[in-house]
Amino acid sequence: MIPSDLKPEQFISYPPEAHNLAANYVSALQRLPLSFVPSLLREVIDFDFKFPAERKALEKELANLAALSPQQVKEWFGPFEQIRISSQLESLDWVNAPALFVEQFSAHLWSTHQLDAFRAAATEYASRLQAVVPVEPPAMPRLGIAVVGQGVSTYDQPLFRKLRAHGTYYSHLTPENGLQQLLDAVAARAKAHPDPYAHWYVDGGEAAPHDPSLTCVSYHALEPARAALSSKLRVELQRPGMGPEALRTLLAQMRPADLGLGNAGDPVLDRFQLKLLTEGSGTQIFSTTFAQWAAREALRRAQPLTLLVRFAPRQRQKPMNELLSGNQTSVEFDFPGSLVDADLGAYYNWLNQQRLTGADHSSFVVWFEGHDQAVAIGPGLRGGTKSDSAGNLRQLLAWAS
Amino acid sequence: MKSYSSIPSPHFPSTSRTASTPQELARQLASTRRDFLRTAAGLALGSTLLGSSPLVRAALAPKKRKVVVITFGGGARDQETFAPEGQENIPHLMGELIPQSSFFSQVINKGILGHYVATASLATGVYESFNNFAAVPPANPTVFEYFRKDLKRPASDAWVVAPSNGFNRIGGSSHPSFGPSLGANVILPKHLLTAATATGTDYEHLLRDNYETPLYTPQLGGSEFELHQLESILKLSVDDFRTRARTLSSPDELSVYIVRQLMRQVAPSLLWITMHDIDIAHAGAYSLYIDGIRRTDRLCADIWKTIQTEPEYAGNTTLFILPDFGRDSDDDSGGNGFQHHRTGDALSRTTWMMALGAGIRQGMVFDRPLQPTDLVPTIGSILGFSASLAQGSPISELLQLS
Repeated sequence: MIPSDLKPEQFISYPPEAHNLAANYVSALQRLPLSFVPSLLREVIDFDFKFPAERKALEKELANLAALSPQQVKEWFGPFEQIRISSQLESLDWVNAPALFVEQFSAHLWSTHQLDAFRAAATEYASRLQAVVPVEPPAMPRLGIAVVGQGVSTYDQPLFRKLRAHGTYYSHLTPENGLQQLLDAVAARAKAHPDPYAHWYVDGGEAAPHDPSLTCVSYHALEPARAALSSKLRVELQRPGMGPEALRTLLAQMRPADLGLGNAGDPVLDRFQLKLLTEGSGTQIFSTTFAQWAAREALRRAQPLTLLVRFAPRQRQKPMNELLSGNQTSVEFDFPGSLVDADLGAYYNWLNQQRLTGADHSSFVVWFEGHDQAVAIGPGLRGGTKSDSAGNLRQLLAWAS
Repeated sequence: MKSYSSIPSPHFPSTSRTASTPQELARQLASTRRDFLRTAAGLALGSTLLGSSPLVRAALAPKKRKVVVITFGGGARDQETFAPEGQENIPHLMGELIPQSSFFSQVINKGILGHYVATASLATGVYESFNNFAAVPPANPTVFEYFRKDLKRPASDAWVVAPSNGFNRIGGSSHPSFGPSLGANVILPKHLLTAATATGTDYEHLLRDNYETPLYTPQLGGSEFELHQLESILKLSVDDFRTRARTLSSPDELSVYIVRQLMRQVAPSLLWITMHDIDIAHAGAYSLYIDGIRRTDRLCADIWKTIQTEPEYAGNTTLFILPDFGRDSDDDSGGNGFQHHRTGDALSRTTWMMALGAGIRQGMVFDRPLQPTDLVPTIGSILGFSASLAQGSPISELLQLS
């Protein structure tokens, strides 16, 4: 099937709001190439479980597609039309399983050496869309906070090497009560602009007590879901014919209830957490990976005004000789390794924050938990500088803003 | 076919998109490496000094020529290796090997960036396009088949030591004029260790087959080296193997241990080692990725030392070290930095290669673009066989003295 054959009734299996959205724009979708439409439907089919920022962006994108003249459609989608698609791909049920199509389409692009052409087409489309449908500026300047090094008493290597170039390095801070000051500041921002999913707290361990207005995700709280996922995968991997593709399909079809999620009355956050575990690589085993990926996905999808990420120590990767010794002990933590992970994770958090609107006015702080070192990045701070100023974490946020 | 879902999404919100083309980025990467190497290691720029190096190795000893290929670990980026901030991770490459090598700063992989299919492409000189996660042989003849068929070499003269079950078919192709009967012996050390230690202990955390699909281990279906051959071929009892493994910290260390046994007991003329500890990066822990790079750096130097000290290899062996590809850039919003190699961006496609040993100019840097498919024809020119179906071309800079 090709997009010109689309009919509104084909979206009947979509969740209610997604169904309405797709049916309303079916005439716009009919004009677009098969190399493009399934990736759009992959977003549409999840509409009921998307964050407000995503919903708004998707609605605007569809409205723009509907408004394009026939000539503009040719201009916008000419590069996509050049992508060759196999008859096998055409025969897939890409309306009801767009994610599966995209996965197999990806394999097709790699094997037919069309990935670069698709990259160029996708980049050009995104640029055009951004020019025509600019994303609204944030309601307040964004603030990102990364807390790293939990449990590390001493560390003699330089920290924040990548972030220092973009802000001011402080080494005379007062660490006492620092985490609480940061959480209080985040809660104050949530009260000032109480939009849903606009203020997040991600913890790689057990979440500290926090204001209920924050959207909170923690590695510790998801322990039962991680265990359930591990248990299910062990069973599935024993089945005949199970391979990487079948495994990915299985993961993509999971629902929050399959992992015991869904009791908090927030289906959007449940789905988000499910995807962290089923789509993230390493999020199931390393808490540092979980925290970084959760932050990345929160920024990409929810586009929060405030994001505090506290990294926690991850389990130690035992070397081969220890494993072979047969002396299995309880989980041990790798404190210095986790600090290295978190240091780069903080840099990635900042990079991902800077990809959002309002980057010129946003602020970012990374703090070595329990210590006097931090870097602050903000509109009023010059990159690559050092400061001997003394102060607490509350003051650090003020300097960054 | 590769089955990653993270193709560039037209719907990914991003305000930070680079204006550079992949070609420009690749040139910038190469330029950075070249400039750094020139200042750090005092190397000469090959394109201007070709043929004039005072460090040219003396005439080769009249022994049988040998080639060893090491694929560097499953993808490492410039900023963790050859960029100034990464040099601390590769002290052996920088301090010991590069000064003795001809270094190619721009090797651009235009194929599929999955480890098995990319390594198979390296071994055939053709961009293979099969499913990266299927246990299938390459469609095109491998370097081992060309070598054995043209030079009438026995099976014992070509070996592969590879990390995971997925590589067990890499020794011989499905090409009708060649095939596994002309291929290399393949050893999968982790598979052997699993067989040797099958006592129910939970080693899976470490001995997982690979890092690209950590939950899945392909079934073996080829003629891989089996446990009983440890004794008959490598002169190594299962008990000794098990005991030795207990002193090693990683699967790549185990591979290098097997390589040394092979070099001493069998002394093959064509030996291919695929490292993969670095690919732990897929789990997202940056410190473990860095540990993998440092370990691979050390192991490369260990193999070079073995080459120089083993009588069958000393003086007559050319060593090639190259990654199969890189990893995603921090700047590509479609990826997640070092963790994967899925975007197909310039950083993930642009790598390097060094050659050292017999017939190789020392201390040279060449920055013209190469492709990994050039490796097999080059080995063919060195060893004296024709890689007739390979897409690449012999690297002329390496053949001046051969």
